[in-house]
Amino acid sequence: MILGLSRTWSFAGYLIAAIIILPLLAIIAQAFVPDEDVFSHLFNTVLPTYISNTILLMLGVCICALLIATPAAWLVAKCQFPGRKMFQWALLLPLAMPAYVVAYVYTDLLDYAGPVQKILRLWFDWQSPSDYYFPEIRSLGGASLVLALVLFPYIYLLARTAFMEQSSSLQHASRVMGCGPWQSFWRLSLPMARPALAVGASLVAMETAADFATVSYFAVPTLTTAVYDTWLGYGSLSAAAKLSAIMLLVVFSMIGFERFARRRQQLFQKQSGPNESSVSKLKGFKSGLATTYCSLLLLFSFLLPFVILLQYAWDYFDESWHAAFWQYSFNSLYIAAIVSVITVFIGVLLIFIRRISPRVSDILPSRLASTGYALPGTVLAIGILVPFTMLDFAVNDLYEYFGQAGPGLVFTGSVFIIIFAFCIRFSAIAIGSVENSYKRISPSLDMAAITMGLKPKALLWRVHMPLLRKGIFAGLLLVFIECMKELPAALLLRPVGFENLATYVFQFVSDEQLEHGALAAIVIVLVGLVPLIYLNRSLEQES
Amino acid sequence: MSTLSIRGVHSDYQGQQVLKGLDLTLEKGEIAALLGPSGCGKTTLLRAIAGLQAVSQGEISINGEILTGANVFTPSEQRGVGMIFQDYALFPHLNVADNILFGVKDLDKAARVARLDEMLELVKLEGLAKRYPHELSGGQQQRVSIARALAYEPELLLLDEPFSNIDAKVRGEMMLEIRNILKQRNVSAVFVTHSKDEAFVFADKLALFKDGYIVQYGTAEELYTAPKDRYVADFLGSGNYISASVKDDFVVETPIGLLTSTTRLSHPVSYRGEILIRPQQLEITADEQGVGVIIERRFLGNICHYQVQVAQHFYEVKSQLSQLMPGQKVHLQAQAHSLVVF
Repeated sequence: MILGLSRTWSFAGYLIAAIIILPLLAIIAQAFVPDEDVFSHLFNTVLPTYISNTILLMLGVCICALLIATPAAWLVAKCQFPGRKMFQWALLLPLAMPAYVVAYVYTDLLDYAGPVQKILRLWFDWQSPSDYYFPEIRSLGGASLVLALVLFPYIYLLARTAFMEQSSSLQHASRVMGCGPWQSFWRLSLPMARPALAVGASLVAMETAADFATVSYFAVPTLTTAVYDTWLGYGSLSAAAKLSAIMLLVVFSMIGFERFARRRQQLFQKQSGPNESSVSKLKGFKSGLATTYCSLLLLFSFLLPFVILLQYAWDYFDESWHAAFWQYSFNSLYIAAIVSVITVFIGVLLIFIRRISPRVSDILPSRLASTGYALPGTVLAIGILVPFTMLDFAVNDLYEYFGQAGPGLVFTGSVFIIIFAFCIRFSAIAIGSVENSYKRISPSLDMAAITMGLKPKALLWRVHMPLLRKGIFAGLLLVFIECMKELPAALLLRPVGFENLATYVFQFVSDEQLEHGALAAIVIVLVGLVPLIYLNRSLEQES
Repeated sequence: MSTLSIRGVHSDYQGQQVLKGLDLTLEKGEIAALLGPSGCGKTTLLRAIAGLQAVSQGEISINGEILTGANVFTPSEQRGVGMIFQDYALFPHLNVADNILFGVKDLDKAARVARLDEMLELVKLEGLAKRYPHELSGGQQQRVSIARALAYEPELLLLDEPFSNIDAKVRGEMMLEIRNILKQRNVSAVFVTHSKDEAFVFADKLALFKDGYIVQYGTAEELYTAPKDRYVADFLGSGNYISASVKDDFVVETPIGLLTSTTRLSHPVSYRGEILIRPQQLEITADEQGVGVIIERRFLGNICHYQVQVAQHFYEVKSQLSQLMPGQKVHLQAQAHSLVVF
């Protein structure tokens, strides 16, 4: 705490926070603007379906992901079986898979013309679709399954940690008191891990709400696709803003739920005592079952889609290996690089201010700046379009007022707006990463440096920066890969003719020609693998 | 002129008054201990002196210059105080040499090297300049933090529970070593601790804290032999409180007989109160006609601890005699000393 800290620092913090929450405020403001009956038309026709689809999808994905992830987390945390060490990190791999790619691959496998149904027809000698029943993959249920397959690692990761932190003495106590392994799981392990499961499920629900590509490909209309269609189809920013506001309501209630669950999680962990977890060795049939379960999960969620992607890329290599591919990769990379540097700079600045400022109110900017991540990509895009469209018009009006030709859409028509959107969306990740790293620096280091005559800037530069290296690196990495993957915001905001890897791949997905975009999809997956390896290594170092 | 002068300092933390009007002065080269239970405001005062904690009222000055006062506030980085922290606060990314020279300014290269060598010699860490903090033992880290705080020649050294993380076996030695370093360089220091033993060994003067006040300030001996009240008496050691009435300027009457003080009593004749007698000030002798009975005996090696009952009163006694057994009749007698009457 620096008692004589200049107010310029606080001002800078508030300025950044204000810019970051601008889209949120813009949506709320724009939602009150009349919209030529587009919204009331939607409201009377399709909106109820959109809302019910959104809620059903969130529920479906959460339930599927919980059912998939919990047993895997428990097995890896508490049991010894062949392949356990590998599954520990390998079950995180699906996070690197864009959901729409998985959706595409499974549609290819499971629809009428796909190999699965072909083989079934061959075996049972069926002639036409009327001879048998096969579930339709391109449906709400199918979307739930596909999203659960790529999102379950969130729950897996949190639940695994929770299971590992449960002290073995509690386990032993329950066994001594006569509980069998199953009873001990149901009565002890599961209830204790419940807060972690709830947090994981709410993360999954938020990601589901934000998903655009999968549901769009499966033609399951949700609020997210509705926002997209309303803007691009009807061109009504106000109606899109109204839909976005509804979406925000859903998202913020999820966040409220997550906070509630997390608050209890801390309580649970405090009581758990020493972090000694015992691992029981599975034998024979049971260990085979455990290995099979984890293998199948890994196969369906990652290996199979990835191998099929490789196959596509191999077969269509010549069509996909061209100058445009390099251009799109470059677009993705440079935007990701710029955004990660800016967001980490914001993160360091805001957390630094919060740490050293004697003013209690200086906590606020870092909190406000973290809300950006809560806005789903489509909603964020609308929130950014509102003020910048006005700004563009104002600029052009100004030029015309002076009798000159307007410069055109300087903000909304350039890459700037994508960079701006990504910075807002991913600042929270950089802030979180820097914050975690800061927690490990003892406050007495600051006091020591200050009493030895260091000014704030020098404190940041000479003491904090060298110690934050790891957190800064992690923040850069995480933001970088999120930028590579982010699709909806890029789709809505990109200037005409602009493509990056994500929009390029999605283009082929919606044209039913992923084969041509497979190479690009592989690049996205591979870039996404890097932080997973890093994340897992740092987790292992902690334990 | 005093090195440190604190007058009427008040401080709030989250709406609660932590310091409630403190006064304290420290002469050049003196070491003062801020002593008290945790949460009584001693660390807050230390931080206020360093300029890391705001003060709502009062004045803090070093060498006559007001640093904190009405409309005056010198930022920490301009105060020229050295501070040593409980966790030492060594910069983990810098080696010993860079840590020690961190606060040293305005010296050319040769002078910096000379200063470093001087400091390393002072704290007996020659040859470890290139090590990083994590490659040092706890005691070595402690010495680096002292060298670092002394390297830029602060007017005043502040120490926040510096010995609490040191192994009990080497703590005593360490304290004497550091005390010698401070005395050798004539550095004034303020030292926070909750342990009276540390305060006795390390400090010249003790300020005993209670709920944001300084109850008594003086040398260890003053506080021990002439405590202002029972809080001070109890904090510095166990004692027997014996009901007494003052007979004349030097004599009191107690259940164990008439006792004579070596100094004039602080209360007038016929005052009824209690006198404080430390357990080692009572002499115990086996006596079949004695009024006391031994209730409990604890053998502690160099001494023996007895609990003795006289009528309905119980007395704690520390004695070199170890052959007395529970149930035995004894005689109690106070050694001649300056009696404290409450």
